[in-house]
Amino acid sequence: MTLKDTRPGMVVRIDSVGESALKQRLMTMGLIPGTRVEILNSAPFGDPIALRLRSYNLAMRRDDAAQIEVSEVG
Amino acid sequence: MSALSVALTGNPNTGKSTIFNELTGARQKIGNWPGVTVDKKVGVIEHNGRKISVIDLPGTYSINARSQEEQVVSDFFKTNKPDIVVNIIDASNIARNLFLTIQLMENGIPLILNLNMMDEAERHGIKIDMKKLEAAFGMPVTNTVGRSNKSVRKLLDVFTNAVMTNYTPSKLISEHIERVRNLERSGLAPAKVEEEIISARYDLIDKIMASAVTVSAAGKTLTEKLDSFLANGVTSILLMIAIFYLMFQISFNWIGQPLADIVGEFFDETLVPWAAESMEAAGVEGWMQSLVSDGIIAGVGAVINFVPLIFTLFIILSFLDGTGYMARVAFIMDPIMRRAGLSGKSIMPLMMGFGCAVPAIMANRALDTHKDRMISIFVTPFITCNAKVPIIALFAAMFFPDNVANVVFAMYFLGIITAIVMAKVLSSTMFKEQQSTFLLELPPYRLPDPKTVLLEAWDKGKGYLIKAGTIIFAMSVIIWFLSSFNSDGMTEDMDSSYLASIGSATSVIFAPQGFDTWEAGAAAVTGILAKEAVVSTMGILYGAGDDISTEDEDVAESAETMMATSMGGAFTPLTALAFMVFSLLYSPCMTALGTVKKEAQGFKWMAFVFFYTTAVAWVASLIVYQGGKLLGFE
Repeated sequence: MTLKDTRPGMVVRIDSVGESALKQRLMTMGLIPGTRVEILNSAPFGDPIALRLRSYNLAMRRDDAAQIEVSEVG
Repeated sequence: MSALSVALTGNPNTGKSTIFNELTGARQKIGNWPGVTVDKKVGVIEHNGRKISVIDLPGTYSINARSQEEQVVSDFFKTNKPDIVVNIIDASNIARNLFLTIQLMENGIPLILNLNMMDEAERHGIKIDMKKLEAAFGMPVTNTVGRSNKSVRKLLDVFTNAVMTNYTPSKLISEHIERVRNLERSGLAPAKVEEEIISARYDLIDKIMASAVTVSAAGKTLTEKLDSFLANGVTSILLMIAIFYLMFQISFNWIGQPLADIVGEFFDETLVPWAAESMEAAGVEGWMQSLVSDGIIAGVGAVINFVPLIFTLFIILSFLDGTGYMARVAFIMDPIMRRAGLSGKSIMPLMMGFGCAVPAIMANRALDTHKDRMISIFVTPFITCNAKVPIIALFAAMFFPDNVANVVFAMYFLGIITAIVMAKVLSSTMFKEQQSTFLLELPPYRLPDPKTVLLEAWDKGKGYLIKAGTIIFAMSVIIWFLSSFNSDGMTEDMDSSYLASIGSATSVIFAPQGFDTWEAGAAAVTGILAKEAVVSTMGILYGAGDDISTEDEDVAESAETMMATSMGGAFTPLTALAFMVFSLLYSPCMTALGTVKKEAQGFKWMAFVFFYTTAVAWVASLIVYQGGKLLGFE
């Protein structure tokens, strides 16, 4: 599953971040393997999504989220 | 003793600017870093008899030189060795904030770690042991309460007392640096090395967090509660519309306009008669009197009139930005903006565009990618700025007296629609190959520091005041000269003035739109100098003199005055509508064009904006006129 396929309320752990022009920026923002991510809410039409990780909130588009492999926890 | 140099660095949304403003007050200079469009803020203060020069580096998440801001910070530390570097850390977001801290330490920069907003962190269940954090880094740790002046002033004592040489990086940090150096020497692909280093930094953060920070589960925070309304689903859009409606009500009707009326009254009833009398008494020559009264005071006055409106709008926008709400607007508008080829982050610049295009174009710096930035810069000028409002107001009152509000609303709407359509066109043609992304921190809701809000609004709006003092001043003189002189010298007959020659040469291109009079041509040309000039030029040319005003209660009266002149006959309702559409959409004013050149970094982009907006306006007004004729209007 990728982060793109998650729904608000889910809690996931990052497995890997795929190759893309955005990869280093995503990692810099704390999206690295092992990080726990909570999916908070979404904009109208479900995209972009708001995430909570490392005690802060981050918004990203689902297309960019598709680069991030995750598995559900808890 | 030379001035102590202090640099403030940190992530965005850490309250760094507020600390800088508390430290330096109004004694700050805002300039530009060489070669890039990033603000450079410097302030000088004195404390305990010591001069301290504080520089506020742009807020960045890292110093990898991926954006202009990161480039600035990275270059700064390569070429400068400030006595003290303060890393401002949002205590409630310490985990991600420490990323920059560690990267700075890797570069051998000794730091003071200043934890800001500890009180807020504690409410979120985050407890930081400052002593342990100090031990983990081997660097001094201080704390401030963002908006408390007292706690920020305490920092000054730290600056003058801290002896950075007493501190050396801890074993933990030295080991990390060693690990980074080994990775750099490993011979792996550069991208792979960078990724390994990023992971290593977060490993270290996890270790430090485990030793110095306890995170306990807190209940739902206020931010989460608010976001379930303000940043969630379709209701959030309705709330946004209500908030913006209120903002425009306040800016244009409740506070801005009443203030503008007072300023306008002062100009019309006090300054103009006073200037006329003084010049009369001093025996100033007639042409000079005419230059000062009809040219300069009328021209500059027309611009000063908008100052209260623009500042009210910018103060509200800066306030909303400071609360964290504008990030939510970017978030909820992104689905719509994305479909139009823009980014949700374009909302702030476009909103500012209702005030003045110049700061609006500059605000596009905040956008993520080159593509988003360029498109947003190119469509911002279509938004109906304050200076275009008099054109709409006057023409609507003259030619559509029964439908003024509808016509004004339709014109605002037309500007927005044109911006969206052109964004779509540009993104699927010129910028087709480029990527657009949207990655945005949603900071916790906070009550912004009033001083910071005011300083930011001032920073955004001051360009408009400078414009009034320089460009408009010069323009008033030029228009006055062009309309009062021809090759034989001064003339009373405007039909034979230089302006008439220029106007009739220009008006040729308006033949298919039905408003090819020299007066319309002249108004269009002067409008490029400044949009305010369109109405005042028409006022002068059609001989209505100074009676032209677009203030609320006067507009109908002015319209009647104007109708009585030859202007009533020069336009039909249909050609008037075509002219309004053209004036609304064609080339932005000179100041805005100059800003495009600077922000898009190229003369060719300025030329592009000039020609493509004018072409769009020409076609749109052609459609209005010819379409209207086909439908049987005239």
